[in-house]
Amino acid sequence: MSTASVTATLPGTNVPTSKKEQRARELNRSRPLWGVLAWIVGILFVLPVLWMVLTSLHSEPDAATNPPSIAAALTLDGYRSFLSAGPVAPLLNSAMASLISTLLVLCLAIPAAFALSIRPVEKWTDVMFFFLSTKFMPLVAGLLPLYLFATNTGTLDNVWLLIVLYTSMNLPIAVWMMQSFLAEVPGEMLEAASIDGAGLIRMLWSIVRPVAMPGVAATALICFIFSWNELLLARTLTGTIAGTAPVFLTGFVTSQGLFLAQLCAAATVISLPVLVAGFAAQDKLVQGLSMGAVK
Amino acid sequence: MSASTAHNHTTVGPDRPQARAGSARRAADWARRAPLLPALIFTIVVTQVPFLATIVISFMNWNSYYPQDRGFGGVSNYVSVFTNAQLRSAVVNTVVLTVTVVLVSLVLGMLIALLLDRKFAGRGAVRTMMIAPFLVVPIAAALLWKHALFNPNYGLLNGVLNAVWKLFGSDSAPQPDWLSAAPKIAIEVSLIWQWTPFMMLILLAGLQSKPADAEEAARMDGATGFQIFRYLTFPHLRQYLELGGLLGAIYIVQNFDAVFTITAGGLGTANLPYTIYQTVFSAHDYGLASAMGVVVVIATIIVATFALRVVSSMFKQEAGR
Repeated sequence: MSTASVTATLPGTNVPTSKKEQRARELNRSRPLWGVLAWIVGILFVLPVLWMVLTSLHSEPDAATNPPSIAAALTLDGYRSFLSAGPVAPLLNSAMASLISTLLVLCLAIPAAFALSIRPVEKWTDVMFFFLSTKFMPLVAGLLPLYLFATNTGTLDNVWLLIVLYTSMNLPIAVWMMQSFLAEVPGEMLEAASIDGAGLIRMLWSIVRPVAMPGVAATALICFIFSWNELLLARTLTGTIAGTAPVFLTGFVTSQGLFLAQLCAAATVISLPVLVAGFAAQDKLVQGLSMGAVK
Repeated sequence: MSASTAHNHTTVGPDRPQARAGSARRAADWARRAPLLPALIFTIVVTQVPFLATIVISFMNWNSYYPQDRGFGGVSNYVSVFTNAQLRSAVVNTVVLTVTVVLVSLVLGMLIALLLDRKFAGRGAVRTMMIAPFLVVPIAAALLWKHALFNPNYGLLNGVLNAVWKLFGSDSAPQPDWLSAAPKIAIEVSLIWQWTPFMMLILLAGLQSKPADAEEAARMDGATGFQIFRYLTFPHLRQYLELGGLLGAIYIVQNFDAVFTITAGGLGTANLPYTIYQTVFSAHDYGLASAMGVVVVIATIIVATFALRVVSSMFKQEAGR
């Protein structure tokens, strides 16, 4: 950590004229070293992802060589065989489950957050704790009753059951996030607006909406990612008709043996929506994942 | 929890000035609660009812292979969870997996956050690269580690060993079978790879919210880098470390994807979620699976007790509203 002592021992350092100048120089000198280290760490972390993409672009024989054939010819064969395995239905199921449940979550969470921040109900912190406490209950603890319910009501292998469950899975997080984003709306502005005779709808539209919109986007992003990624519920409660992309991916290996390029192509395609959304909204992601606690 | 709001949720319009004071007040209260009720009722019905059913079933002998034996079984399922060696190892595995992954990814995440808090060329690019592991769909990440990286014949790890050895003219590079040699570590490594970026993001946000002037002053007074970290940076980061650890723990306790994919619970790696899945869908012992489910919840509540303390301190800032 002590960059000061490292740079101070470097030869050829002129006698500094002032402490401030010395510090500036030390900072300049220490930058390349730490920067290089940061680059190495970043590349190490991204390497498996790059490897996944590269392998997906190799032919099956080139994908499974040792030592690895980095410079092998690129081909879209992996993607072609992935496409012929019938990924469209699972991808559509995933899109439907993720998008509709995200929409439902927003419809339920925004009014709830309003009642917990803009015009808080009495004991609003208790309600917040209740929502949070449901996240302390792992999904797996309710799995069996849900499975029995689905079997007895004939909703097994039905994407709408997943939609309801994903909504309940993400709603507590969304309420928390939206509450913290709506709490950002300055109370004085609301007061001033109501003194000026603005109605509730007008106030919501012209004061709350602009402040809350980034929060809504972050909330939607997180809910989408969690639903898209979910495997346990999808695997146990769906099958051939309503199976989602992660379920498809698990079946992919066992049913066909191992085709590495094809598997990597599938993993790349299925991760793509989340990768794109996540890269595009990095800052929102942090705020959202920490449920608004980190601003 | 706010059971009073759960009953009588008829929709109430905005209060009218001509109504009598008492009923107007009540109406106003309900108008206030109304937006909250759909979310609250939905959450109670969909999350609490199944869990209550799990608790009931956990006290029953219920194996769908033996339907005639179904009935009240007392605490026998719970006794099994803690006396059956296999189930006890699932409990231990869950704890070890969660603690290891959370602690290692917190420490790594903090070191990398400190690195990325400095200014250097391409900082944004490095941050984007760092985030990638967290954005790969977990099941895809688990498959990637199992087949493309850990595979003893053509995985990247052994491939790199081979390439490096060849570079020095040797054909006898070590080619360990990572998954059978160290199955638990293999799972932990893949999870640490996924969760370190998450911790890094939260801690980096924490670092960037740190006021710079105190550090400036300390540096002027001749404090070393380590002293600044120990007495200024670390205390500031504490609540972010707690928050990251807590959120990570809640998700890693429930991990199913990695255990299911990388070892299929074999080689002594089964954790509670995986064992519950097996007990329901292979052994069909519903009573036992439910008892395990309740144990997972209790384990998570222990984590949650710490969690609530952290969260309370977060509320202190806004409770004034």
